[in-house]
Amino acid sequence: MIDEIRTLTQRLADEPSSLAFLELGESLRRRGQVGAAYKVARGGLNRYPGLADAHDLMARILSDQGDFAGAFDAWADALRFDPMRTGALKGIAFLYFRAGDVDAALDHLHRAAEADPDDPAVPQAIARVRRDSREAGRAAFAPALEPLEAGTEEPVAGRPEPVPAPAAPPVPPSDSPFTGVAPEEEGLLLVDANGMCLAGSLTGRDGTDAAERVAAQLAGLTREAARATRLLGLGSWHSIAVESPDAHLFLASPTAETVLLAVREPELPMARVGLLAERATRAARGWLERVQ
Amino acid sequence: MSAAQVALDRVTRVPGVRGALIASSTDGLVVAEQLMDGVDGRAAAALTGSLVARLARTTAGAGLRAPVFLHLRGEGGSILAAPGTDGLVLVAVAGPEANVGLARLEMLNAAGRLG
Repeated sequence: MIDEIRTLTQRLADEPSSLAFLELGESLRRRGQVGAAYKVARGGLNRYPGLADAHDLMARILSDQGDFAGAFDAWADALRFDPMRTGALKGIAFLYFRAGDVDAALDHLHRAAEADPDDPAVPQAIARVRRDSREAGRAAFAPALEPLEAGTEEPVAGRPEPVPAPAAPPVPPSDSPFTGVAPEEEGLLLVDANGMCLAGSLTGRDGTDAAERVAAQLAGLTREAARATRLLGLGSWHSIAVESPDAHLFLASPTAETVLLAVREPELPMARVGLLAERATRAARGWLERVQ
Repeated sequence: MSAAQVALDRVTRVPGVRGALIASSTDGLVVAEQLMDGVDGRAAAALTGSLVARLARTTAGAGLRAPVFLHLRGEGGSILAAPGTDGLVLVAVAGPEANVGLARLEMLNAAGRLG
């Protein structure tokens, strides 16, 4: 651990603008060096004020320091930049539980369960809160608060196999923004800022409904893309084309708070997927104006 | 000249490309870079690394293999990324007039030899 901290400290000294502060801050926190962890996290936040990971790290440190109000604010900031961040949802749930607001705690834990159905700590925490809702304390949440980095967790032994998401209810054709855009709306997805599906459908290669899994990953994408192009002097962002060996994906933003995803087979040239996405984006924009 | 420098040299020769770098996608650190003045390589590495990771999770959510090329288009230019092996990603920053098609081919070719 000490060697790891030394290595990370050196890396951060060599590259102050790197994201190594996230790993270093967390390592220091786990070692109980919360004062040093705080300084590292503060420096990272000053450099990357829009990075949800940085706010999440700061919240954990403040929580360890007993500054629960500060931790709440930091987790709320993390959710502002990444509404599906399970670490922040679990952290806020812990704080609500600690304050005796069981309903709010359960509400945030349920949201965390929706965001990451494979995290076994969340249903455990829900069960414990329900079973022992009168006892405030960190114990019920200890497993749920570790580790907090979505997408970077070590595999958990005995973790249940992912359960395919239930199929979305069929959308009446008249309610679809994509009517007339393409022969079928499969492969077109409209997602809101919270990573929830607004319209469309997407089937994974295994034949299960992939819309909700994919939508959850797209929460906060518009802000991340906007930040990247702005900081590199490229103005506002228009689109992202993504080539996978299995598919061509094209992302655009019908409004500031929504993302449109078009997915087609890799044999279809990306430029044509882009044209399809442009049509779908215009249609989605009009549809949103009508339904809002 | 190292393989990384050869890769960067080929990409930055493409008309309109303002610079290229090789970064670690796990921590956003710059491994090698060849940039014009005014292009913030560290920011490009960190931001692109984060975006690449997010889009890899997105494709995984649909049961698709990880992206091999990304093109983020802005009103004043583009960010191009080609993830390679060993957690490295080749990144290029291009102006609006750049030949993105040629840059893509050079990057895919170079990314396969990274690591």
